[in-house]
Amino acid sequence: MAWDVRKAAEIIEAHRHLDGPALPVLRALQDAFGYLPEEATTQVAEALNISRAEVHGVISFYHDFRRAPVGRTSLKLCRAEACQAMGADELASEACAQLGTSWHGTTADGRVTLEPVFCLGLCSVAPAALVGDELVGRANWPRLAAALEKCGR
Amino acid sequence: MSRTHRIFVPADSAALALGADALVTAIAAEASRRQVAVQIVRTGSRGMHWLEPLVEVQTDEGRIGYGPVSAEDVASLFEAGWLEGGAHARRIGAPELQPFMARQTRWTFERCGIIDPLSWDDFVAHGGGQALAQARLQGAEATLAAIIESGLRGRGGAGFPAGIKWRTVRETQANIRYVVCNADEGDAGTFADRMLMEGDPLALIEGMAICGFVVGARKGFIYIRSEYPRAIQVLEQALELARTRGLLAECDIELRIGAGSYVCGEETALLESLEGKRGQVRAKPPLPAHAGLFGKPTVVNNVLTLATVPSILLRGAAAYAALGHGRSRGTMPIQLAGNIRHGGLFEAAFGISLAELVDDIGGGTASGRPVRAVQVGGPLGAYFPRALFDTPLDYEAFTARDGLVGHGGIVVFDETVDMLRQARFAMEFCAAESCGKCTPCRVGSVRGMEVVDKIIAGRDVDSNLALLEDLCHTLRLGSLCALGGFVPFPVLSALRHFPQDFHRP
Repeated sequence: MAWDVRKAAEIIEAHRHLDGPALPVLRALQDAFGYLPEEATTQVAEALNISRAEVHGVISFYHDFRRAPVGRTSLKLCRAEACQAMGADELASEACAQLGTSWHGTTADGRVTLEPVFCLGLCSVAPAALVGDELVGRANWPRLAAALEKCGR
Repeated sequence: MSRTHRIFVPADSAALALGADALVTAIAAEASRRQVAVQIVRTGSRGMHWLEPLVEVQTDEGRIGYGPVSAEDVASLFEAGWLEGGAHARRIGAPELQPFMARQTRWTFERCGIIDPLSWDDFVAHGGGQALAQARLQGAEATLAAIIESGLRGRGGAGFPAGIKWRTVRETQANIRYVVCNADEGDAGTFADRMLMEGDPLALIEGMAICGFVVGARKGFIYIRSEYPRAIQVLEQALELARTRGLLAECDIELRIGAGSYVCGEETALLESLEGKRGQVRAKPPLPAHAGLFGKPTVVNNVLTLATVPSILLRGAAAYAALGHGRSRGTMPIQLAGNIRHGGLFEAAFGISLAELVDDIGGGTASGRPVRAVQVGGPLGAYFPRALFDTPLDYEAFTARDGLVGHGGIVVFDETVDMLRQARFAMEFCAAESCGKCTPCRVGSVRGMEVVDKIIAGRDVDSNLALLEDLCHTLRLGSLCALGGFVPFPVLSALRHFPQDFHRP
């Protein structure tokens, strides 16, 4: 969704009363707009009465915050040790090849963004993935493809 | 006369990741086709993850388990009369009689997998709320004394005595105090916090309420990682339930969601993040117990530490302290993960050996190949070879062998693992997650990655190994927090115990 100053103001207002509101505000804005464009930095800084540098510092520090639009579905593949022990590296290579993209990349049709994640807490049913909102344990490419197919519908 | 049959299906992430929701749909459809009245209750997980989704049915002889069950099994289960406990290839009998369960000593995870986590009636029927009532009755001083007597130490990894931390916050002069629950369980190979929050969130909330009552805090925060969407959902509902039922009368609790930073599991970085800043580590002193969130005295405890408090108060501090090994008292929820046949959650008294956990309880690797190494305590924990499998689970025993108990995660690797690659990954992870505040960690991790790359390429291996050791020494002693300070554990343990992987022709 394109940046909408009024809608953003409403979202900021809804969270401004919190103690230390910056993270909840930014998260809510990203949930609404899909990413945090430059306008977000300026508007949040003004609303919370902190500098743009501070807001930029927060956005750039956390892996979750995105400064550019991404694909419609996110495919998060765990890269951490328990999943490595069950072939996560090989699965990641296959996913990259099948999607024709690499880490943090989006498929040419704009449908899927491939992102690394360090642990989904599914270490006993590794390798693990999060496809949109759906958790996948003992993941392999056919299971991931099926989950992506479901999201695409 | 037909009755309503109760069927229990976990809604724990591990079960969901293996198709539990599709299974529920299939069970409901089949029951309606057969005109059988069923009530499907969503529970947490028992912790036997190789059996997930593990479905239980209520019979006259108690709950009978069937697992792992897939949607395709449903018709044949009904055909076999599973609602009366009928024989079927998936039938495991009573879950609590499985050797994996029978060998455990459950305190923290007493209710997990048994109750509906969002049912107040279930919570109360299983002793919920009594510990807070008891604390209110006997007062803060006596409650604090019990926590100190129990010997409970911080389960997040540092192992600091919880009661001492609480006392410090209680005795620090201030107009406002805070309780913060660290639910930023970022260590790979650990999922106990997630399971507890999904399977028995009210235990955590009651523990926090007791802590708030003891230290005189009127506000608490749970800082949970964004990678746990299901736990977030359950906690939000559990907090609402707790609020309406008076559990939060003294100390209200707010849920805050992290933003994908590993270092925010470090308590001072977590506090910065809660304040809305970059998750950068603070220098200590001051300790958070003196000047924590917004500069006020703050208890920062892990999920398991707080969730164990109610059962300690109810079952007795002395009984808890009687369990354990050396200075590690009570029980530890151990997580068996990675390449392991019987992965899951195993709560046991401290003192159990790695060999027992990996070979007997875990059943060796899932791949069937020999175990080559285990990493204990997350990405900053040491890799142990089989020669060290006699190490008892005990904070001091692990420290003595240059390792960590950490948050109790054990990741098993089979013989195909390349330990040089694992050493590189440790440095890569540290570089990706360093908060950037101190130079040893920020720069050292990147240099460490480069040095390991040279060793992988076979360039000046001996001098680069010496450089790697020297760099680890600097990281160990010069870093501000455990991220840079402990990354030498996996790197140097890999080098020490698996030198052949570092010296390839």
